[in-house]
Amino acid sequence: MPEPAISICGLRMSYGETEAVRGIDLEVASGEIFAFLGPNGAGKTSTVEILEGYRKRTGGEVSVLGEDPATAGRAWRDRIGIVLQSNSLDPYLTVRESIELYAGYFSRPRSVEETIALVGLGEKADDRARKLSGGQQRRLDVGMALVGDPELLFLDEPTTGFDPSARRQFWDVIAGLRDLGKTVFLTTHYMDEAQRLADRVTIIAGGRIVAEGTPEDLGDRENAAATIRYRDAAGAEVSIETVDPVRELNRLTGEALARGEDLEGLEVTRPSLEDVYLSLTSTAERAGTE
Amino acid sequence: MSALALVGHQFRFDQKAFWRNPASVGFTVFFPVLLLVIFGSIFGGSTVAVRGTHIETDTYYVPAIITMSIISATMQTLAMSLVIAREDGRLKRGRGTPMPSWVFIAGRVGNSIVTAVLMLALLAVIGGLFYGVSFAWERLPAILLVLAVGAASFSCLGIALTAAIPTQDAAAPIVNFLLLPLYFLSGVFIPEDQLPSGIIHFADVFPIRHFFLAFFDAYVPGGAQAVDWGHLLIVAIWGLGGLLLAIRFFRWTPRSG
Repeated sequence: MPEPAISICGLRMSYGETEAVRGIDLEVASGEIFAFLGPNGAGKTSTVEILEGYRKRTGGEVSVLGEDPATAGRAWRDRIGIVLQSNSLDPYLTVRESIELYAGYFSRPRSVEETIALVGLGEKADDRARKLSGGQQRRLDVGMALVGDPELLFLDEPTTGFDPSARRQFWDVIAGLRDLGKTVFLTTHYMDEAQRLADRVTIIAGGRIVAEGTPEDLGDRENAAATIRYRDAAGAEVSIETVDPVRELNRLTGEALARGEDLEGLEVTRPSLEDVYLSLTSTAERAGTE
Repeated sequence: MSALALVGHQFRFDQKAFWRNPASVGFTVFFPVLLLVIFGSIFGGSTVAVRGTHIETDTYYVPAIITMSIISATMQTLAMSLVIAREDGRLKRGRGTPMPSWVFIAGRVGNSIVTAVLMLALLAVIGGLFYGVSFAWERLPAILLVLAVGAASFSCLGIALTAAIPTQDAAAPIVNFLLLPLYFLSGVFIPEDQLPSGIIHFADVFPIRHFFLAFFDAYVPGGAQAVDWGHLLIVAIWGLGGLLLAIRFFRWTPRSG
């Protein structure tokens, strides 16, 4: 098995008396899109800033691309790309100039034009950053991180404040990185974003990891109770929770057919990732305040 | 890229951004020209007593406004633009790349010094064409030396000052609050024969007065020497102090958040 892109063991971070990160372990495989989820104040940003080399940790072992970010130097930063929580663009430089500027910082940059195309800003290449929409500025931000052709890309809450269409365009850009074989460490507090993009999801709450897995099996959703909903002949909403939806559906539809009725608005749902997330993080928060 | 090529690379983009920013062009380029025109119109035609000899008011104001524009291109521009870049997260972002941090600062300082030289040329030409203040070419080496020491020193002071500016909004008020009164008290805006000696003594504590005197002596022939090393040394000591403070207190990450 190849070396993991990121491995963390027993990471702790304290600010004075406050413990933001209380001993977490995690591993991100090379080439994987990894989503790190959690509510505000859960320890997400502290963790990602330690991984990026911005912050010195209080304790634990951290390895990013085989080096300790606290001591790693320029050669290491040549292999990573960082997109911070807020845009950090020069408003008076154009898209092309911003990317050219960052291309100069790295030893083996990608082609500038190719990078502009990759983030879908071909038509905006000669527009100044200040003229771009919020979503376009964010994609430029990603382009400035990608032009160095990094092996590992950090994206810290990249779509906060986006409208739905800007979010979808952004997701297409990130999905495209999978084909380039990049490792992506994505922090977000949007469930749908993690579900859409990530190979693996880890949820942090109150400084501890409360769940990890693929978006599909997180929180054992596969085996959780399903909900069957329909309206009966009188038009009343019926909702049935069952661990065995196949047999239950068979019984319901069989009976309905025998009576010559429809099951209006029939649907079968599993708890969404959002439901799992909310129940996991609220449990952790309660535990934290006790 | 080699470190020097990288500084050139950074400088190229800083120049573009500078000239496209209406606030920086307005304050750094047009404002000093406007002041020269205003002072020339109000006080032109009279004379000023400078250490016993009377000179034309215009001859006084051309080097005075050049002094101010050099401080504006360096200290003022750097303090404001670095705070804006810091609070935008641009400094932090740059720290996350393989570029050495000092290259970013060097690019900005280079931008400021080039702008200062351009302002010297622009104001000297305006002074020559419209106010009959001829440029003493034989003094060029002295002028450039004083400019270099002043630009470097006020650049250091501007970088150091960023540590005392908490937000983007606070940058312009803090910088102006420090500089504007000192321009008046140091004889840059008001001819020194109008200023009480107590005020001159007060202004002597700060570097603006010394830089103005050093630049005036270099620019206006007739004084005893082209380079007044005493004044220049005081400016350089202030600059060194700024450099030490900047090394100790400069921050790359936003204050807010």
